[in-house]
Amino acid sequence: MSGQNARENVFPTRMALTNTKLRLKGAQTGHSLLAKKRDALMMRFREILRKVDEAKRKMGRVMQLASFSLAEVTYAAGDISYLVQEQAKNAAFKVKARQENVSGVTLPAFEVERAQGSDFNLTGLGRGGQQVLRAKEVYAKAVETLVELATLQTAFTVLDEVIRATNRRVNAIEHVIIPRLDNTIKFIISELDEMDREEFFRLKKVQGKKKRDAEQAERLKAIEGAPSDQPVKDLVDDTTGPGDLLATKDEDVIF
Amino acid sequence: MEALFFNVSSGYLEGIVRGYKSGLLTQGNYANLTQCETLDDFRMQLSSTDYGNFLANEPLPLTTSTIADKATQLLVDQFNYLRANAVEPLRKFLDYMTYAYMIDNVVLLITGTLHERDTHELLERCHPLGVFDTMPALCVATNVEELYQSVLVETPLAPYFRECLSAADLDDLNIEIIRNTLYKAYLEDFYEFCKSIGGPTAEVMYDILAFEADRRSINITINSLKADLSKEQRAKLFPSIGRLYPDGNNQLARADEIDQVRQACDGISEYRTFWDNSGAGAHSNGGDLDDSSAISRLEDKFFAMEVHKNKQAFLQQFQLGVFYGYVKLKEQEIRSLTWIAECIAQDAKDRINDFIPTF
Repeated sequence: MSGQNARENVFPTRMALTNTKLRLKGAQTGHSLLAKKRDALMMRFREILRKVDEAKRKMGRVMQLASFSLAEVTYAAGDISYLVQEQAKNAAFKVKARQENVSGVTLPAFEVERAQGSDFNLTGLGRGGQQVLRAKEVYAKAVETLVELATLQTAFTVLDEVIRATNRRVNAIEHVIIPRLDNTIKFIISELDEMDREEFFRLKKVQGKKKRDAEQAERLKAIEGAPSDQPVKDLVDDTTGPGDLLATKDEDVIF
Repeated sequence: MEALFFNVSSGYLEGIVRGYKSGLLTQGNYANLTQCETLDDFRMQLSSTDYGNFLANEPLPLTTSTIADKATQLLVDQFNYLRANAVEPLRKFLDYMTYAYMIDNVVLLITGTLHERDTHELLERCHPLGVFDTMPALCVATNVEELYQSVLVETPLAPYFRECLSAADLDDLNIEIIRNTLYKAYLEDFYEFCKSIGGPTAEVMYDILAFEADRRSINITINSLKADLSKEQRAKLFPSIGRLYPDGNNQLARADEIDQVRQACDGISEYRTFWDNSGAGAHSNGGDLDDSSAISRLEDKFFAMEVHKNKQAFLQQFQLGVFYGYVKLKEQEIRSLTWIAECIAQDAKDRINDFIPTF
């Protein structure tokens, strides 16, 4: 996978290391937060799923009841559809939408508002009026169930989408971003170590070179002015010894 | 004396009607129909009855409304045959019977005109028994004033309109009030007509029409208890015939709740039984809910009573009540058929026996 060895394109400096470490920490916090959000949403989602199931079953029953009550009306009062259609002036049944907040997700919720009084309460005055009234009540209930179902269904789809997005983010952080940051940190650390070793080796080389130069110079002196031993002793200090690099204060070494 | 010459003019048609009557579905037919699993079975069962293959050319799947339409069409055909062969006074009697449906149709057209719809498409929705030749002429009217004029000129309903309503009323009053006002006038007029025929016809028809009037009065009272209809208006809708008139009607007009309606009916022993069972149920369980179920059972009892009265019409010979009785019985049969079909279609087998069998 790309997450396996990928790393960010940074210069391996200590500054970058600090930055990356901070970002890793941030990613981990984000991951746990998102995971919590996902769990909360999932809980809500399951609940809604259960409610949708219930509501659908209920709708089946209620609609059957409703259409049967219409059959009763037809039996008692005959065909009244046209009269009812024409006499309905105001909507007696209104649906209002509001918003509900579930862990940062706004879900639309629909509410039923029923206006009292009706335009056709005299329908079937001669006969079947009671059936008409009852059919009206039953149908109003049926529509209420439908509205409830609509709320749940909308919440269902919205939540589904949000959960998917959250899941994607959680997974992305877990499997891509965190490994990448980890890799970057490892890379920076290894590069820094490498640089340390290089530096050490370089210093060693420099020391060795200096030592060789000094020996050569001494030899030359010995050849030129053999009689005198003293200058050689002055050149190399016995107390420190030639091999101890760290004890020698060398102006080429910065730290 | 009527018996002496009755057969000269109406004997043939009475024979026909009694023949039609024996073609009505029996208990056995109903029992078979209620056993059906699908509407297709339903059609099969019906094909062995007088209905024959009236649904043969219908495309599948069948709907309950096609069944109702086709059955009504059969009734209309029979009725038209009777009317074509009738002489006075049967001719006039049959015309009177169509007025009830005409009222419904005209009211439908009024509704359409009030809301400025194209009334031509409403013609299809009109009850076929209430169709009259000049009905399309009513569709020409574009406003209520014109419609009122053309109703006066073109329809047999003119007297009812003239006496009960003005053009302005059509605009102001609720359409149901108009309908019931007309119906009241119609019932009274029909009764007067039957009285003018006299003899057994008047006796038989008085019984039927009185019940119809009382049923309407009770229904109007019950249905307007919770509606915004003033008591004066309500009282105006009660027909001035019937066994509840005038005392019971007065009580009904003052009624505020179901119990008062019940008391108003107490004076007539026949009507008292309507409340007996339902009353007991309401008392044992209590509550509003039982009131409404008692009322809906009341509706069933009205239907049963109507069937009973119409059946009684067949017990007398040499009178015109049989024609009325037959049409009403057939109508009830169509309603029952539709109900059974509806129960089959909606898979509500527990309510399938709630229809009113005719014979």
